[in-house]
Amino acid sequence: MRRFSWVRFTAVLKKEFLHILRDRASLVMAVAMPIGMLLLFGYAVNTDVEHLPTVVWDQSQTADSREFVTSVRNTQYLNPDNFVQGYKQIADYLDSGKARVAVIIPPNYGKNLQGNVQANVQVLVDGSDPTVARAAMSAVQMLGLNKSLQLQNERLVAMGTAGSIGTPLNIETRVWYNPDMKSLVFNIPALIGLILQNVIAMLTSFSIVREKERGTMEQLVVTPIRSLELLLGKLLPFVFIGFVSLSLILATGIFWFGVVPMGSIPLLVLLSTIFLVTILAIGLLISSIAKTQLQAMQMTFILILPSILLSGFIFPRETMPRLLQLLGGLLPLTYFLDIVRGIFLKGVGIQYLWQDTLTLCAFAIILLAIAAKKFKKNVE
Amino acid sequence: MNLAIDCQGLVKRFGAYTAVQGVTFKIPPGTIMGFVGPNGAGKTTIIRMLCGVLVPTEGQATVLGFDVLTQPEEIKQRIGYMSQKFSLYEDLTVGENLDFYAGVYSLQGKTARAAKTQVIERIGLGDRTSQLVSSLSGGWKQRVALACALLHNPQLLILDEPTAGVDPVSRRVFWELIHQLAKEGMTVLVSTHYMDEAATCNFLGFVFYGRLIAFGSPEEMKKREAKDNLDDLFIYFVEHEASDDPRNRIIKKGGRG
Repeated sequence: MRRFSWVRFTAVLKKEFLHILRDRASLVMAVAMPIGMLLLFGYAVNTDVEHLPTVVWDQSQTADSREFVTSVRNTQYLNPDNFVQGYKQIADYLDSGKARVAVIIPPNYGKNLQGNVQANVQVLVDGSDPTVARAAMSAVQMLGLNKSLQLQNERLVAMGTAGSIGTPLNIETRVWYNPDMKSLVFNIPALIGLILQNVIAMLTSFSIVREKERGTMEQLVVTPIRSLELLLGKLLPFVFIGFVSLSLILATGIFWFGVVPMGSIPLLVLLSTIFLVTILAIGLLISSIAKTQLQAMQMTFILILPSILLSGFIFPRETMPRLLQLLGGLLPLTYFLDIVRGIFLKGVGIQYLWQDTLTLCAFAIILLAIAAKKFKKNVE
Repeated sequence: MNLAIDCQGLVKRFGAYTAVQGVTFKIPPGTIMGFVGPNGAGKTTIIRMLCGVLVPTEGQATVLGFDVLTQPEEIKQRIGYMSQKFSLYEDLTVGENLDFYAGVYSLQGKTARAAKTQVIERIGLGDRTSQLVSSLSGGWKQRVALACALLHNPQLLILDEPTAGVDPVSRRVFWELIHQLAKEGMTVLVSTHYMDEAATCNFLGFVFYGRLIAFGSPEEMKKREAKDNLDDLFIYFVEHEASDDPRNRIIKKGGRG
């Protein structure tokens, strides 16, 4: 009588799948939300700064000044498409946001360059968005440095110094893992974690809260069903949905965005399963506190914001104040992000990821134990 | 088996509040026992203790010969329960609801199919099995809920205000079924607000502020207090009790039952 009954368990399992099939909203959420979020985040969360609209006031109007504007364009960071006369017009462009950067070339630019005197160029940058401003600044500074080295060389040659001399120091940089430094490559793997967390936590908590809301839980309590049978019967369909979502995200990431994992996909799936278990436990916890589906939804949203900000999804955790670092450490997503990015970008195996994996396992076990206990108290 | 239900001094306290106080009664198998009493009197609390869902604070009870404290699993397997809210899954069809409850009561394969066919025939759900429950009227939902509670052929059927909010015709059809089931040997425990329903029970219990203030057959009870009908009897009990119940003052401030 007290044994786990396979018949009761499969009855719940079958019923849950019927619920999911009948409930258009959760079906859409399970399929459309991952893809929708992926497309949204894939395109919108882009920290690559390129082709900033730039306004130019060329007072020199010489071959030299025009060549300078061309080399500005060649950096790919700035698009000097607008030409104006006077500071008033420049201010107008920057105020209205029609341009983010202004390049001002003084009247004596060409003359100074030819006359072996120092020529000046002024660059104004719209600093409202620090990321954009920083990218624009470093772009023009690099350009200035390269250009003056080149000019210096030409001048030395013209002065008759033997041959051209190289720079005394050369720093060779090479970027590993994400050589093109595309933020997409950084974001897509992380989205696997964020999307799984949001979709699965919400759907799981919904499925249990619904029974409370409709009063069917009251009926189940007087039947011989045991809490473990009910629990497993309710959670298993969402493991399945979780895998469907995971495959959809992986497929979209690989075939649409071209972000291919460097490491082993079986390992990724395995570790994602552990993450999925922690998410199910979170959903279960939410459902034991929430009384209505609306409350469950609100609680899931409360979870989303810190997981975007504190987990290292966008901002590096290393630069956060200690307290926020600790708070971020309380989110399972934080560890999963290390894992997916490790597998996707660096192609590393379990030998580098075992610590994150263990932490994730600990989260899974602890959360599931608490959630199952709370659930049992609700049912019996 | 001698008695279907035998409870001795059942008490249930929620913190400092006493919901049920010293309830004692016995009913033999194959009879219908009705609970009547105002809302919040404690009828549902007594029922939930007898189902093995709530643990009594004091007292003891056996249901179908099993102890509610130590053998709730045995009791749950042998009773059918239907509550005031028809606890069906609205997004499932009638047949799917039946299949689910068959599984929950560990019926499978041939046995499950046979039980399902029998109950569909008995309740007359034949042409409704593929209909979604959400599309049914209140009376039909009530019948489907009863069908789900009868699938595993329980020895005791517990009905908590099964006919609340159901039209008179459906109510009569429902009660004809209940009497038929009792005739076949099933014990029925039912709570109701309708005195015409109560009058047809073999035993009646008046529950008032957590106590069973009167128990017996409807005829006996009317005779005892010299009343012509149950409505008068009910009103008499309420007025009588309300005036001399010392707990009344506390309860009136906002208790529950």
